[in-house]
Amino acid sequence: MATTVPVSMRDRLSWRRLPPLARHLLVALVGLALIVVVIETAGSFRQGQISSMAYLAIAAGGLTVLTGQSGQLSLGHGALMAVGAYTTALLLQSRAGAPPLVVVLAIATVVTLVVGVAVGIPAARLHGPYIAGATLSLAVAVPGVALYFSEQLGGEQGLTLRVPEAPVWLLDTMFFITGQELTGRKYVAYVAWFCLVLTYLLLANLGASRVGRRWRAVRDDEVAAAIAGINLGRARVLAFVVSAAAAGLAGAVMALVVRVSAPSGFTLTLSLGLLSAIVLGGLGSLLGALIGAAILTFLPQVVTSIGQDAGLSDLQAAELAPLVYGLTVILVILLAPAGLVGTIRSGLAHRRRPT
Amino acid sequence: MQQLLTTTLTGLTLGMVYAAFALALVMIWRSTRIVNFAQAPMAMITTYVALTLIDAGQPFWLAFAAALASGLVLGAVVERVVIRPVEGGSEVNAVILTLGLFIVIHALAAVIFGARFRSFPAPFGLSGFRAGEVSIALTGFGIFTIVSVLVVMGLLVLLFRRTDLGLTMRAAAFNQEVARLLGVRVGRLLTLGWALAALVGSLAGLLIAGGSLVHPGYMDSVVVYGFVAAVLGGLDSPAGAVVGGLVLGLVLSLVSGLVSAALVPLAALVVLMVVLLVRPGGLFSTVTERKV
Repeated sequence: MATTVPVSMRDRLSWRRLPPLARHLLVALVGLALIVVVIETAGSFRQGQISSMAYLAIAAGGLTVLTGQSGQLSLGHGALMAVGAYTTALLLQSRAGAPPLVVVLAIATVVTLVVGVAVGIPAARLHGPYIAGATLSLAVAVPGVALYFSEQLGGEQGLTLRVPEAPVWLLDTMFFITGQELTGRKYVAYVAWFCLVLTYLLLANLGASRVGRRWRAVRDDEVAAAIAGINLGRARVLAFVVSAAAAGLAGAVMALVVRVSAPSGFTLTLSLGLLSAIVLGGLGSLLGALIGAAILTFLPQVVTSIGQDAGLSDLQAAELAPLVYGLTVILVILLAPAGLVGTIRSGLAHRRRPT
Repeated sequence: MQQLLTTTLTGLTLGMVYAAFALALVMIWRSTRIVNFAQAPMAMITTYVALTLIDAGQPFWLAFAAALASGLVLGAVVERVVIRPVEGGSEVNAVILTLGLFIVIHALAAVIFGARFRSFPAPFGLSGFRAGEVSIALTGFGIFTIVSVLVVMGLLVLLFRRTDLGLTMRAAAFNQEVARLLGVRVGRLLTLGWALAALVGSLAGLLIAGGSLVHPGYMDSVVVYGFVAAVLGGLDSPAGAVVGGLVLGLVLSLVSGLVSAALVPLAALVVLMVVLLVRPGGLFSTVTERKV
């Protein structure tokens, strides 16, 4: 028997009844306000970590949309980040004559998007393991490219870059809001988190739109989706390209945060780390990607110090963090495939449902 | 001329190893529809088993056999414990599991054996033969590589074509439901298939390592080449994987000799892109897949 739930006045005005765009905008505004508080109260070292979390979260957000919503796997988001990072580093070689930061970030995103098209069109048209294999080859190939063009790309040492000064209007505004000077490190942290909020806003809206519904349709049942008139190849390629663009922006932000683009920063470990982040958080959920990125940023320190206390050498202790990720990935997939966010959500839904 | 000969022979030798690795990937793909990306670190850690035995003063061949045996056991354990629960389920989850394994085995190897480069001995000479004025870049170890891969392939063909066990394995791979109805113990055969594939992968790992350096990531590029070779051959065909491996070995050896070794992985990516654009079903595809 169908139960009818009485619609109260409160329900009608409730959160769920807002249109998605309004909901996402509200969350984004609250997020921005939170970020200002966190960045202003954090110490200098924490500010660096918070910025790192931002670029990991941007890349993980792109990856979670690809994997969770369109059902494809990329093992090369680290390599796509490298494309964005190197583009940024090339554009910001000197402070004089460099284009404005917004333009730099946009160019880095577009360049990565083009690479994403080149890799995505042959591989994403097909279903199955092709996109995973192609992106894995990309991840293995990119460091070699940096070494081959060592004159332009700096070889093993990589390219250092100069972060442009914060514009005066921003310095004034931030002083007005927070009453504190905007240091260079804080400026980068704000840029990183602003990019993160913008990316998540766009990804969330895309996921709630017709495009997102098509991706999920293709993921859940290819045959049904094709009969419904969805072009399977086009939907898959679009998901990959959007995801690649997010990775490019993440790489650009990473270049700003670490101030150098070197091959050692974009190993396969980075790509696999991103993948474990989204699996831990819950595939397809942006909140999960954010949580995963936080784990990826803050866990290594904890685990490494535990390892050192247990008598491991520094090098061995540094490998404990990936060991923990890998084991958690296996356990999450075997025991709670919905990840942290999905498991908690379904748990809550279970409790709410009347029996 | 001399350089071309050298490049070709190096390419064929490497191609045999890629063929073996591709064959390992294809065996698992055919039976469980999973590309086992963890094949690379699985092969890597068995090579470390051999290296540890050799460093402890054991004879090379004992270590070699121990590595192959540990590959066999590792493959069976991985299938039974990790992969079995998701078989037949979501494709993405299965691949993520192999990648979780990838990370775990990598990190374990670095914690246990250290992340530095270590040299792995070769049982045969590493200098080429001379025929009159021409030196031939085929080393003793190169010949051993080619022969051992050929022997393993021959044994696999015998197993799959000439024995009852092979017939049931093919049946289980072809259609699990029907095979199960006919009384085939599909689960056991899948475990056996993974074990055999891991053994072939370990062999490839030992052959790449011989006379060269090993570190936890030394097989990472090989899994890419193996995958590209398998896709060249159509991902579903063992013979195709072998031909794909040889073709890829030659192409990569040419790129390495004529352009730069740093661009070899990029060349593999380009080959993959071209194959997927032009002949997505592989070089030998005859019928195109129809879903609807």
